[in-house]
Amino acid sequence: MTALAEGTWVDVGAARDVPLMEGRSVRLAGGRVAIFRLPDGWAAVEHACPHKGGPLSDGIVGDRCVTCPLHNWRFDLDTGEQIGGGAQLRTFQVREREGRLELAT
Amino acid sequence: MSRDERLEVLVIGGGIAGQSVCEELAGTATIALACAEPHLPYDRVNLGKLLTGATLGELQLRPGSWYADHDIDVHVDAPIAALDPAAGVATTAAGLELSFDRAVLCTGSDALVPPIAGIDAMGVEVFRGPADCERIASAATGCTHAAVIGGGLLGLEAAYALATLGVAVSVVHLMDRLMERQLDAPAAELLAPAIAQLGVDVRLAHATEEVLHDAGGHVRALRFADGTQLDCDLVVVAVGIRPQVALAREAGLEVNRGIVVDDALTTSHPRVLAVGECAEHRGVVHGIVAPIHDQAAIAARVLRGDGDGVYTGSVPTAKLKVMGIDLVTAGDAEGGHAVVVRDEPSGAYRKLVVRDGRAAGAVLLGDIRGAELLLDAVRTAAPVDDALDLLSSASEATAAELPDAAQVCNCNGVCKGEIVDAIREQQLGSTQEVVAVTRAGAGCGSCRPVVSELLAIERGGAAEEATYLCPCRKQTREQLAACVREHDLESVSDLSAACGAGRDCGACKPGLAYLVSEVRGNRHREERHARFINDRVHANIQNDGSFSVVPRMRGGVTSADELRRIADVVDRYEIPMVKVTGGQRIDLLGVRKEQLPAIWEELGMPSGHAYAKAVRTVKTCVGTDFCRFGLGDSIRLGIDLETAMEGLYTPHKVKSAVSGCPRNCAEAYVKDIGLVAVEGGWEVYVGGAAGGTVRKGDLLAKVDTPDDAKRLALVFLQHYREHAEYHERSYGYVERVGIDAIRASVLDPENAAALLERYRIARAATDPDPWRERHDPVSPKQFAELDSEPEPLVGPPAGAAT
Repeated sequence: MTALAEGTWVDVGAARDVPLMEGRSVRLAGGRVAIFRLPDGWAAVEHACPHKGGPLSDGIVGDRCVTCPLHNWRFDLDTGEQIGGGAQLRTFQVREREGRLELAT
Repeated sequence: MSRDERLEVLVIGGGIAGQSVCEELAGTATIALACAEPHLPYDRVNLGKLLTGATLGELQLRPGSWYADHDIDVHVDAPIAALDPAAGVATTAAGLELSFDRAVLCTGSDALVPPIAGIDAMGVEVFRGPADCERIASAATGCTHAAVIGGGLLGLEAAYALATLGVAVSVVHLMDRLMERQLDAPAAELLAPAIAQLGVDVRLAHATEEVLHDAGGHVRALRFADGTQLDCDLVVVAVGIRPQVALAREAGLEVNRGIVVDDALTTSHPRVLAVGECAEHRGVVHGIVAPIHDQAAIAARVLRGDGDGVYTGSVPTAKLKVMGIDLVTAGDAEGGHAVVVRDEPSGAYRKLVVRDGRAAGAVLLGDIRGAELLLDAVRTAAPVDDALDLLSSASEATAAELPDAAQVCNCNGVCKGEIVDAIREQQLGSTQEVVAVTRAGAGCGSCRPVVSELLAIERGGAAEEATYLCPCRKQTREQLAACVREHDLESVSDLSAACGAGRDCGACKPGLAYLVSEVRGNRHREERHARFINDRVHANIQNDGSFSVVPRMRGGVTSADELRRIADVVDRYEIPMVKVTGGQRIDLLGVRKEQLPAIWEELGMPSGHAYAKAVRTVKTCVGTDFCRFGLGDSIRLGIDLETAMEGLYTPHKVKSAVSGCPRNCAEAYVKDIGLVAVEGGWEVYVGGAAGGTVRKGDLLAKVDTPDDAKRLALVFLQHYREHAEYHERSYGYVERVGIDAIRASVLDPENAAALLERYRIARAATDPDPWRERHDPVSPKQFAELDSEPEPLVGPPAGAAT
């Protein structure tokens, strides 16, 4: 990961609002982002499934992947790649600072 | 041979041909696969299923991990733009260069579009790929009449899919009989009425001369050579294929109708082979799946230098994949010496064509017993002494009598020997496993009974191993249940840790959640992350990410007061649609997640569980309350039964009904659990369905009183909860184990009492109204996103239940 200059991180909410192995979404300039709490950290990807726009933050998380609740498209949360297909999600850098969640813009 | 010295093979094209070449070559060459479409190879043979609700993922031939496991470098969305055989380099449209020692062209074909005037009108679609299916499916909504041009295999399957979607559809065919390439005249004459019975209008000997369009350029009718017209607003063209040869031609390879190949499937450049619908061998271009597998196997031998790589052609075989019509053909339908068995009333037709003392063709319609044996005889041109005897003895043949080389799965080209070897070498124990490993039965599925039969023979008649709850765990429901009991596990996380699979694919988490709750009689630790979104927010997610709200209305009975509150909620929250459901409930659609708690509060009615794999509705007719035919108080019993069952989770949804007489206005015969009042008592039906599958339930028993009927229904419910696989509807379960086995369990007094006791324990610990979570959400943003808040609760209206 490339080091980012201070000031490119945006506060998007409280870390406690995202339960373990679940996701919640937030609006960021350019569209919604889904943020997931994984056992060892955080992951963030674009919120709308490229298939039919399903809300990925509502998906089931397992093996560092999320499954879209509408038609079961599955994506790697680290790389944004679709499992077993060619679709690609945008990924975002996310971190927790003093109980707050921050996204890199 | 070390990996570095391995032959580098580039497979161009990710259709069935490209996949088949990869399967044959896997492990013996360094393979790169370039797919033009943005998906991994999928089963194009079953394209029609995409129209009727299947997802592309379900048709995918192999999971992504298979390619990684077999060292195949896959490039999707990577059409090859240029091929230089001499240099051994191919370039993708995006400019990526792929080098190779040998290349295999598997570019397939495009749909053939006949030169009919006006064929480029809007609303005219071909039927070739997933994008076509998406356009056809969306055009089918709101379409008044569809026409399919082409009465061959593909055209009939397209018409069937459209009819299944509820679209009025006509098949327009140039020739005077359907499937003239595969069928003789008598078989085609029997097929036409069978197709018509599916609601498809068949028009033979109709040459389409012009596609007429309206002022907006959208198709409005077809005009035929005889001057007649057919009004239609959707046209699907399925008349044949055109081999995709552009890349080969530009690369300087010899091209005729297809890419010309010799008996080694090699093109005019020795470095390049061609396989499948793009290839022309001895003047023949094959447009069906079976020869593709033959060619792929030979091509792999040629590439490996195995010696006997000579392709002399294939016997074409075809199978019509239309529900309710069994049709299998191989080789020639006519000529030579033919024997025919024909059963007039049933429409069954069996024909074997013999030429020069050898099997040359077969047509089996309506009765396809022994198809594998007869197809094998035709494929191998087996000597036939007594044709009539072969035809009749084939219908008695079991899988044991098939030769090892007989092809069992025509979709994926798998023969009996491969299946038996896989069962022995990998010690496979269930049909599910055999299908996953060999791919036999993974296509249209019609050969699965033979796969199961072969497994049963190999296992010496021993029962199949139960299917895995999730293949990623390789553990059965029983094994996992034993693990929960033995270690007293309380949650999905505990189970994941204890069962030691080390993986957690996500797909099986809801199944594990049900299992833990069922085994522990609902005294488990609930984990929201293991549940589908519907069970996290107690509402049914819709295609736009909004939710639907269905309040509990036991027996389908409501009141002025409830209806008034519903109306007020609709007004206040500007709910875009209010819909009466098939289960006699009221559905509020288009609700945002943030609105859910406030709406529940204001409705003042409990959850109807319409979002869960749980007991759903009990539908009733008015019975003795008002009906002049009523024999029993169906409303009372329906409300009692619903009250007794509500809140219980089940392997799949459970829909029930109670009818007050055998006129069956509540449709109890086609419910998971159906009670019907008859003279002198009540009948209890189980395993009925009237959705994608239509099945009349089996009569479990006739009992004397409404209380007896309710008790038996509850005993069956608990039996189903404990024994069915997760995601298995009652109709699948009843068919799988048989009604006799279920009767033996639920009618045995001791066992029934034990089941009822376990039902009571589980029922006592259910949450009768999950919507009460509005007062105390599990997490602060349970019903909201990071940047939104749930709408505030307005106090419950006077008189509302809580």
